[in-house]
Amino acid sequence: MNEIPNLLIGVAMGLNLLALASGRLPSLIRVAAAQGVVLGLLPLVMERVDWLVVLVALGSTALKGVVIPGLLRRAMRTANIDRDLDPLIGFIPSLILGAAGTIAAVALARMLPLLPEHRGLLLVPGSLASIITGFVLLTTRSKAISQVCGYLILDNGIYLFGLLLIHAVPFMVEAGILLDLTVAVFVIGIIVDRIQRAFDTLDTRVLTALRE
Amino acid sequence: MKGLLLIAIPFLAAGLATVWRGDRTRPWLLPATGLVHAVLAFWLLFAPPRIEPGAWVGFDPLARAVLPAVSLLFLACAIYGVSYLQLRSERPNRVFVALMLAALGLMSLAHQARHLGVLWIATEALTLTTVPLIHFNGTPRAFEATWKYLLVGGTGVALSLLGSFCLGYASLQGGGGGNLTFAALAAQGMGLSKVWVVIAWILILAGYGTKMGLAPMHTWKPDTYGEAPGIVAAMLAGGVTTVAFTAILRVRAVVDAAGEGAMAGRTLLAIGLFSMAVAALFLLATRDFKRMLAYSSVEQMGILSIGAGLGGIGTWAALFHVWNNSLTKGSLFLSTGNIRRAAGARTADEVGGMSIQTPRSAALLVAGLLAITACPPFGLFFSELLVLKASIGGGHRAVTALFLTSLLLAFFGLTRLVFAIVNGRPRAAAKGAGRRFPEAAGVTIPPLILLGLALWLGLATPAVLHEAWTAAVAQLFPAP
Repeated sequence: MNEIPNLLIGVAMGLNLLALASGRLPSLIRVAAAQGVVLGLLPLVMERVDWLVVLVALGSTALKGVVIPGLLRRAMRTANIDRDLDPLIGFIPSLILGAAGTIAAVALARMLPLLPEHRGLLLVPGSLASIITGFVLLTTRSKAISQVCGYLILDNGIYLFGLLLIHAVPFMVEAGILLDLTVAVFVIGIIVDRIQRAFDTLDTRVLTALRE
Repeated sequence: MKGLLLIAIPFLAAGLATVWRGDRTRPWLLPATGLVHAVLAFWLLFAPPRIEPGAWVGFDPLARAVLPAVSLLFLACAIYGVSYLQLRSERPNRVFVALMLAALGLMSLAHQARHLGVLWIATEALTLTTVPLIHFNGTPRAFEATWKYLLVGGTGVALSLLGSFCLGYASLQGGGGGNLTFAALAAQGMGLSKVWVVIAWILILAGYGTKMGLAPMHTWKPDTYGEAPGIVAAMLAGGVTTVAFTAILRVRAVVDAAGEGAMAGRTLLAIGLFSMAVAALFLLATRDFKRMLAYSSVEQMGILSIGAGLGGIGTWAALFHVWNNSLTKGSLFLSTGNIRRAAGARTADEVGGMSIQTPRSAALLVAGLLAITACPPFGLFFSELLVLKASIGGGHRAVTALFLTSLLLAFFGLTRLVFAIVNGRPRAAAKGAGRRFPEAAGVTIPPLILLGLALWLGLATPAVLHEAWTAAVAQLFPAP
């Protein structure tokens, strides 16, 4: 019963490592989008599918697989960049960091008490691994678009954790979460655009006027 | 019902602002809405409504203990806003006015949220609403500050969502049916899964602590407060931080009920002391007077956190401190806004002699300095004294020592910088061809009123507030 969901989560965990290793922005965006789609479809293959689950799945797949990557690609084209050439730490070290994080996530998740119906699932380790990957990308990449991708992967991790609660938490909360995420990234998209116009680059390392 | 009006009226006004024609008349919506909101909030303060125990949103004792302060602050900022937006008539203000009003509605919602999910949605929406307000000035520096605010604030919001999920899972494991109101969670008490409660508390403290601006998650604060318009910074420092603080208090009550109160108290004390120490050190170093206010805000948040960590009388003192902080910080941001505009610069290297150029604002700034450094008889003196008393009474010697040392260092840092810009001779660059900056009543009366209220809170704290804070503490720590 748990095999297909676990397979999807496994794919998502693999995509985390791919995201850490990709130096070109289009491939990073593609990886983040693919992870969004994989995780968006996940609730459909889990047990007890009802209309609410379908709605959440379709909504998040459309958002994370199509809308947001589209916005990011547009921002990338206007900024005329496609590489994150010099991240704060290299690709290999960040990949090692991500792999270590994934192992730590699996180890940590074994120690946490889970409900019987969640014991055979990789939901918790998968979620923690994405969260760690998101943080690594957020803190070590220098381009605004890479950081937004990091934020997306972090979000995927939190969404994965939220699936533990999907049957118990009332509809309004789920809807609110989806809605807010839309706006969040939409605003980030606008800001990316503005930074680009104001500084003529999307390199956040030029944002250095404000420091002590 | 009236509690819901507090949320609905600002949203209706925000809607009205988006369709309102005329940039000159639109800002008047701010004080009009602020006045209605304040009247309603104080009506509810004096005649608290009865709320359904299972309600998701309601004007409960905790909302009653802090929301009127935010309402007062908004009213003063709104009055100032009319004059401010007239000075800035070159920029369209449709978005600014509408979002200020929406932010008021969301703050009212977040303060009254009795449900974990509603609280998070309101906080998240509030974060997003304030984004365009921060880059109202449209300078590259403002965008830089906004980007950092989004990135750090967004991560904080994400962490608090994860923490909320963990708390929800703790409830499911304890056999809960998915009712995530704080009342239901606290009623489960010891039945909540301990491990998940501890994880949830750490994540929520980090997440909402980022919104409050506790160190080491405070990095967005100096940039944002430094670049945002004065009224926006005042609302952020006095209103949005208060939302995050009450969120932490509500979750803390649940953690207490689960039997992990001692752990929660210790973490709050540790993070509070760390914030105070970090703020004090940066206050000694900074040369920029708007960033100075941001570090001072980090310090005040540290005091709130320590008060909450001490529990009981400490929490009572923290609620008192929320009022003092909102009113005093509001006044300081508005008066430094005037000085910043008159001087055209913001570091002690470029600005001096403001007591000659802008005598009223400089006097307000010095009075505000006395208030924020807790000189008697301002309210802050009494609330900090109560926190200190709770700390000594609890036998926390190290906490007391660190608390007093940080206060002293912060006092040195603040007075050094304030007197550097107030005293001396005006700098050549800032003289503006000898033209004196017009200190209209619209930009000096609001900070004066806020400061007057802070003084009044210290001299004669109204009995109704005493009673409101006591009721809020009773809600958070119900007698066994």
